[in-house]
Amino acid sequence: MNPPVATAFFFYFLSATVIIGGVLVITRKNTVHSAMALITALLAQSGLYLMLYAPFVAGVQIILYAGGIMVLFLFVIMLISIERTMKERQFNKQWLVGIAAAAALGALFIAVYTKGRNLFPNGRLQPTETQNTQAIGSLLYGQYMFAFEIASLLLLVAIIGAVVMAKKRI
Amino acid sequence: MHQVVEYIQSYLSSNLTPGGAGNWFWATVYVLAVFVGLSIAVIAMNWLERKILAHMQVRLGPMRVGPHGLLQPIADALKLLLKEDIIPDGADKVVFWVAPFIVVLAAFTVFVVVPFGPTHAITDMNIGILFMLGVSSLSVLGIVTAGWASNSHYPLIGALRSSAQMVSYEVAMGLAVVSAILMTSLHGAGLYGAGAAGAGDGTLSMIGIVQAQLEQGVWFIFKFFPLGLVAFFIFAVAMVAETNRAPFDLPEAESELTAGFHTEYSGFRWSLFFLAEYSAMIAVSSIAVTLWLGGWLRPFPNALQGSTWDFVFSLFPGATFLFLAGMCFYNVARMPKHPLFKIQMMGLAAFGALLGLIGLVLFIPQVSARVGDIFWFSAKVAGFMYLYIWYRGTFPRYRFDQLMKVGWKVLLPVGLALLILTAVMGMRTEIWEAVRR
Repeated sequence: MNPPVATAFFFYFLSATVIIGGVLVITRKNTVHSAMALITALLAQSGLYLMLYAPFVAGVQIILYAGGIMVLFLFVIMLISIERTMKERQFNKQWLVGIAAAAALGALFIAVYTKGRNLFPNGRLQPTETQNTQAIGSLLYGQYMFAFEIASLLLLVAIIGAVVMAKKRI
Repeated sequence: MHQVVEYIQSYLSSNLTPGGAGNWFWATVYVLAVFVGLSIAVIAMNWLERKILAHMQVRLGPMRVGPHGLLQPIADALKLLLKEDIIPDGADKVVFWVAPFIVVLAAFTVFVVVPFGPTHAITDMNIGILFMLGVSSLSVLGIVTAGWASNSHYPLIGALRSSAQMVSYEVAMGLAVVSAILMTSLHGAGLYGAGAAGAGDGTLSMIGIVQAQLEQGVWFIFKFFPLGLVAFFIFAVAMVAETNRAPFDLPEAESELTAGFHTEYSGFRWSLFFLAEYSAMIAVSSIAVTLWLGGWLRPFPNALQGSTWDFVFSLFPGATFLFLAGMCFYNVARMPKHPLFKIQMMGLAAFGALLGLIGLVLFIPQVSARVGDIFWFSAKVAGFMYLYIWYRGTFPRYRFDQLMKVGWKVLLPVGLALLILTAVMGMRTEIWEAVRR
């Protein structure tokens, strides 16, 4: 009945934002500008999740990455003297390794794009936007209960470890 | 032409939000209406805050510009627009320029999902409440970057305080919200009251949350009696901290940091921060209203039901506006009889007449049936706005370590315990229902 909002225009717009943001992250010398570019890229990425009819993942992306982790990034960056880091020269020259990794990843993408037709199921996924959160919930607490609990246990260990390392005497 | 009219009219018969119906025209109308309404609310809030705070401190507050200072916010807005816009020399220009827009965008975007009524929302999302929390948490980015970009001591300290504060209180806030969302999936009215309604799937949609309260016949603040109330209390504390308002206004503590993160901002940019702060207050208040106070539902749906009470409550919107109009006319009558006051008197009388006219229109049954939900929602939000002013007039500012202690050592454990207790109570009622059947 309604024309789908997920048109090609939005896809190209969001993808371009992600790519430009990503490039800016590694090319800017000012770390705060890098962080801002990263936030833009993450927000555009959550838009891409929305286009895939995964609103829950998009919302979590905004809350956790853009709202939580990036705030901590900025918090730490602000305590560094930007003037000094701007003058500092990069001391690790790893662009050969970087190009090799990028080429390998690009080759993988091209291989999947050209020959990967039978890797993916035929036909289109029926959008289940209205029950997305509920579906994820019942999967996490049903089929993948064990993995979910193990992951939460790992995070708990990490939290306790951080507290122990940061504060010797509590 | 005919098709356009048909397209516009086709929405009116549907029972959906404009976003749900996919109607571009009405979506635009709703966006504009929300934007205009919000701006008016911020202007009104500016005046009310000064007046109420002044009266709490036994002062008069603004009295010069317009009758009882009614035109003061407009005069202020003009002043801010005409002021010189200063960007400090050492500031990071781009970030300094972008920061106010991030805050304003975050504060206004959340209103996309605020449910003023079952059909009166711009759109309804499957992740409504997540969207609201997520986007409103983006405003901290604007505050942090504003403080950093100013390249000055006070703003930087304000920004650091703000980011620490907002990130810590988001945790407690989230726990309180989760316990309310848990309640959307449960049977019946809780500890007492008939539990006839069927269990839902649980929902994150803002409209769905209010409808769950309607179906269960209880506002979530009263559900599982102390539990809902405690969750509401945690949220009410956390939301004051989230919006950087007194008594948690450390990021802009005047006595220590001049104006905190927006010290270096002037003129129009500063007014953007002001606008964002007030619309963020309205936004978090509407989350609280939606989750715990039954959203657009009228008060006392259980005790005072039946068509007579429905009729009585449908008179409230009109009566409120008539009361305000009456106040205007009373003050017109009280105004000093002096030629200099003539224009003020005429202006106030015209304002009163306008309010009275709106009040009379609201008495038409069709109109009050259509917008009654908006009235109740706004009235509840207005209650929260008054609370904000009241807090500011009453509580002294917390020290930063006290703030952190309250957030992490009180609200967080209580929130966790609350979540577990809510789950246990929910299981109890579910089992009870299963046994009874």
